[in-house]
Amino acid sequence: MVAFAGWDMPVQYKGILDEHRAVREACGVFDISHMGQFHAHGEGTTAWLNGMFTNNLEKLIDGVGQYSMMLNERGGVIDDLIIYRLGEDDYFIVVNASMIDEDYAWLMAHKPEGPQLENLSAEYVGLAVQGPKCESVFEAVCPGVELPAHNGILRFKVDGEKLIVCRTGYTGENGFEFFCAAQQGVKWFERMITAGAQPCGLGARDSLRLEMCYSLNGSDLSPEKTPLEAGLSWCCDLTKDFVGVQTLREQKAAGRPTALVAIEYTEKGAPPRHGYEVQLRDGTPLGELCSGVLSPTLGKGIAMAYVPAQHGKVGTEVQVVVRGKAVPAVIVKKPFLKK
Amino acid sequence: MSTIPSDFKYSAEHEWVSPAADGVVTLGITDFAQSELGDVVYVDLPEVGNTYAAGDAIGAVESVKAASDVYTPVSGEVVEVNEELGNEPGTVNKDAFGAGWICKIKLSAPDEVDGLMDATAYGEFCK
Repeated sequence: MVAFAGWDMPVQYKGILDEHRAVREACGVFDISHMGQFHAHGEGTTAWLNGMFTNNLEKLIDGVGQYSMMLNERGGVIDDLIIYRLGEDDYFIVVNASMIDEDYAWLMAHKPEGPQLENLSAEYVGLAVQGPKCESVFEAVCPGVELPAHNGILRFKVDGEKLIVCRTGYTGENGFEFFCAAQQGVKWFERMITAGAQPCGLGARDSLRLEMCYSLNGSDLSPEKTPLEAGLSWCCDLTKDFVGVQTLREQKAAGRPTALVAIEYTEKGAPPRHGYEVQLRDGTPLGELCSGVLSPTLGKGIAMAYVPAQHGKVGTEVQVVVRGKAVPAVIVKKPFLKK
Repeated sequence: MSTIPSDFKYSAEHEWVSPAADGVVTLGITDFAQSELGDVVYVDLPEVGNTYAAGDAIGAVESVKAASDVYTPVSGEVVEVNEELGNEPGTVNKDAFGAGWICKIKLSAPDEVDGLMDATAYGEFCK
């Protein structure tokens, strides 16, 4: 168990490699109760949130969500989140555990009259059920209910209990994220396990997301880096106005100073980890690794780092320094795991 | 957890050394250490011919989540390393007191071994 954003979280249940494999080949269940949930609603909510988040809410229809970012005035990332449209001016937002209070304060500080924002984080238990067999798990625990399509959200009831299921995840596998009342959480966790999902901890969650190059806020995303530098321009609509957009427009025009690149070992070496230096092969320092792991699926070291953009091209030969030894590596196209 | 071999000696950093044969001991990490680490995915071995003082870091054992230095509790020269761990680092998990050995050290100060814990003391230490 480790402390994580004020929660005691399991790094692993049976073993990280075993849990990682279960998600890639069958199905795993992660307790994501630490994550935050907000409900934003009332007249003017769409206009307000469209000015707070990078992605365009006008693209959403009822029952569909999108990945988005909330930035500071300098264009740096405060948090990455998923926002689901429940109805007209009615949204369900899932944010990172460590950022719940800061996100809420930032949104409230920019909230006009009209919209309401509720922090429901303490009321929900969240379970991420991920893996190719997730649909049979859902069918077993919620018979007769149809999972929403990719990025979709569905509110439904089982035996009178109000539930939410989202067709999203953080592993790159087919999966869903399930939210129930906190006091019912243990029951649903056990039901998922009985239906065939293997309990998985934070360790496998990290190795699975890194194989897909999904960013982790606090490691790969920071208030000092823009989404363009993080390679997330696909979820930034620069044709609309939002907090931080000016910096993004300037970077788009002038070029971004750094780029978050995917780095893969070309030879065997000690696992890459957060904080290790990455260099050109001649020893020129480029930066430090944000995230790194020995990929359980690929069997080699994979990592992400911000490097000066002119050195960020795919195919650039680099090296990672581990305890004084340089391990040869190369910048590759994201993600590491091609699905 | 497997039983703690009664003829080995143990350090507070969870390394074991075998009884000396011709002045050479075998060194590894204990079963307790491997179970705390979880799945071992990489072992950084020392180089044959290097000499170390007791307490020096000689390599590292790494799981998916963490890197853990390996310290030698005895002084001497590395005369052999377990190359098999390069291909099968998980052997450290499966057989920490046997096939998962890390290196062999020719003792330069054989008395140091007497200062280490015996199996009973180490068993208590882990509680």
